[in-house]
Amino acid sequence: MPEQTLAEAWGLAPAVLGVVGLGLVLGLVVAVVDRVVVFGASGAAVEPIRSSARLLVEQRRTTLAADRLLWRIGCVAVPTLALLSLAVVPVAGRTLWSTSADLVWFNAMEALLWAAVWLVGWGPNAVHALTGGYRFLAQGLAYELPLMFALITAGLAAGSLRTTDVVAAQEGLWFVVTMPVAFVIFVASAAAFAFWGPFAAPAAADIAGGVTSELSGVDRLLVEAGRAVFLGASAAMAAALFLGGDSGPWLPGPLWHLLKTLAVVAALVWVGRRMPVLRPDRTVEVGWMVLVPLTLLQALVVAVLVLNGFYA
Amino acid sequence: MLSDLSGWAITAVAVLGVLSVAAGVAVFVVDSMARATFALLASFLAVAGILLALDLVYLAVVTALMMTIEMAIMAVFMIMFMMNPAGLMPMTMVHNAKGSAVTGAGAFVVLVVGIWTIDWPTRDTSRPADSTRQLGEAIMGSHMLVMLVIGIGLFATILAGTVLATARGRYDRFGPRLDSQRPDDPVSGGLRR
Repeated sequence: MPEQTLAEAWGLAPAVLGVVGLGLVLGLVVAVVDRVVVFGASGAAVEPIRSSARLLVEQRRTTLAADRLLWRIGCVAVPTLALLSLAVVPVAGRTLWSTSADLVWFNAMEALLWAAVWLVGWGPNAVHALTGGYRFLAQGLAYELPLMFALITAGLAAGSLRTTDVVAAQEGLWFVVTMPVAFVIFVASAAAFAFWGPFAAPAAADIAGGVTSELSGVDRLLVEAGRAVFLGASAAMAAALFLGGDSGPWLPGPLWHLLKTLAVVAALVWVGRRMPVLRPDRTVEVGWMVLVPLTLLQALVVAVLVLNGFYA
Repeated sequence: MLSDLSGWAITAVAVLGVLSVAAGVAVFVVDSMARATFALLASFLAVAGILLALDLVYLAVVTALMMTIEMAIMAVFMIMFMMNPAGLMPMTMVHNAKGSAVTGAGAFVVLVVGIWTIDWPTRDTSRPADSTRQLGEAIMGSHMLVMLVIGIGLFATILAGTVLATARGRYDRFGPRLDSQRPDDPVSGGLRR
């Protein structure tokens, strides 16, 4: 254990609470930025809180012969996995828990989300929700492998799967300089696994909201919050893996990391909201024929640089 | 070996072990495709939890990752090839009850006898600082041939299974002389090939 984890530094309960609070704040920031980009600034900061409160007190609708157990598991899993993925994102230079396989942990949480969203679609026993669930499965086929290769590329350059090591390896040069392809694919995949923006086909209007169509009350709040927290956590992870984390002049480190995270969120929302929704059946071929070779090439370039001692 | 572990870890292994078996039993008790799939996933996640309690983080996380993706891919294959595509009808995972009971009991006996009679080696070196690195070195070094053979074998099996199951071949896509410029697909891919 080269460094202290957040749990060791602050104590377990305060650290967990801190990371959960941070996740919720990040999710709120994503929701606010999204609202500003779509509707303009008026009331943007209040609206997500107001609609959350409304969803909290709203009575739950249900459907005929719903698979209640799996539906609830799916709804609870979405925000839980988002917060768990935040456990390996460095906060103030430390992660909540640090293992020798942080990047794989992040990837595993996102893979579990793949199953959880399908459950959210399956649960209500309704055709639009189920269609949305299967759309998400198809979409996952397109982004899973490029996302894995993008994550691994950062780990390859750092020679470690530990996120704090990856941040430390960028002292001299941010990884985005030598791995722009991996960075863009990571951010795009984040939008894809939060089924948001151009990748919102699983919850698109043409199937009446898809996986979210039968959600109401607390269930809807959990799923929507989970999507926002996932986007925020991924932006923080992108800032840590590719934009040097908390490195920067003058300002304290955590503030730099926050600023970079906000910049990634703003860029993601600004670009994402200006693109049409992509059909999953169209993205799969692009994913396998274009993105997988591209990420492999990116990994090859980085591997050659590693062998030449570029990152040492 | 158990003496190395803390009481907390031993308890976790025991509880998760029971949970894993219970979820495995549930696969054959429930009558819905979705519940069977996720009972199986729960069983695998419990095994991943056991690995985590044993401080084998990489193996634990990769087990969770692989098994979840496997379940999702299984659902995709089911949509592609099964007679009950979306899993909407009640179904059971029990087939050939007598044969599978005999096979299961036989495998159980063999494994239990093996576990209790083999003279397991004791570790004579200290624990490695980073089990992930050690695992990576083993896979990319002394065990690379095994990994490659298994990987190619699995890949060939997936391809062969798909080829056997799909009704459409290259003659359906590119015409009887395989000379059409664009394939005739029911759903076009994203690249307009």
